[in-house]
Amino acid sequence: MGHALTSEQAAARTLFHLQDEHDHEAGGSTLLGFWIYLMSDCLIFAVLFATYGVLGGNYAAGPGPKDLFDLPLVALNTSMLLLSSITYGFAMLSSYRNNVAGTQAWLFITGLFGAAFLGIELYEFAHMIHLGATPQRSAFLSAFFTLVGTHGLHVTFGIVWLITLMVQIGKHGLNRANARRLACLSLFWHFLDVIWIGVFTFVYLMGMLR
Amino acid sequence: MSAHEHASEPHGTLREYVTGFILSVILTAIPFYLVMGDVPLSKTTIALVIMAFAAVQMIVHMVYFLHMTPRSEDGWTLTSLVFTLILVVITLAGSLWVMYHMDTNMMPKHVVSQLL
Repeated sequence: MGHALTSEQAAARTLFHLQDEHDHEAGGSTLLGFWIYLMSDCLIFAVLFATYGVLGGNYAAGPGPKDLFDLPLVALNTSMLLLSSITYGFAMLSSYRNNVAGTQAWLFITGLFGAAFLGIELYEFAHMIHLGATPQRSAFLSAFFTLVGTHGLHVTFGIVWLITLMVQIGKHGLNRANARRLACLSLFWHFLDVIWIGVFTFVYLMGMLR
Repeated sequence: MSAHEHASEPHGTLREYVTGFILSVILTAIPFYLVMGDVPLSKTTIALVIMAFAAVQMIVHMVYFLHMTPRSEDGWTLTSLVFTLILVVITLAGSLWVMYHMDTNMMPKHVVSQLL
């Protein structure tokens, strides 16, 4: 088209483009991006669960779930993680009310429950290794330590993140960036609890039924 | 903050968290009781029941703790979850199915002769 646009047409065209523009805030898509990361993490756990499902019965004449698992201890561990989930929820609720002290206190309690979970898990691992049930002993134990250990490693990094965030909130308060980080860690923390439902059901409870 | 972002941001309430927690406690306690207590049910029945409880509890966590709704992030949260679940089911069911048949078909000769 060789002819020039009239000013009216130009204005209409500009308006059309303006209407199509979205309001992109810094970090506006972070939560969705983080969710998609969690979904990829979910696939890692799916592969580890599948490995455990295939190899979980291969004891190589070594100890099996009934010789090793202590269900009251697993129940205690499960309650630690569940309690940490609700205390994280309370931290989120405090942050909505812009209550910095409350957020920090609930985050601290969440960290304590997380640390208790890890402590109990490490005690369990140490006890098993002491009995000779090391990851090298059988395919069942290799798969068990890989699956449960990967979950434990996630919780460990969750606690590192939680402490980092507490320092950040202490320095800068509940600003936009910290609120966003808090929401991301919330997704991560609750996601780990969802994975743990799979672990205690498929590994511990169904292991005792084998 | 634009109205659009505000609407898609998941916000929980105290009521939601407490409901989720109570439901989770119940949905955890029953499977543990079924396995640890002396329940007059077959192992297969117990296994199926505790798997069902796990599935329900995962949904409870998704709804009450992760605040998932079909509308969050314009539906992309749910879309990516459904896609992931399809991959998870293929991975789990496929691995168990294929490896079970591999095990059966590649059994050492002395094991097969013992079975016959």
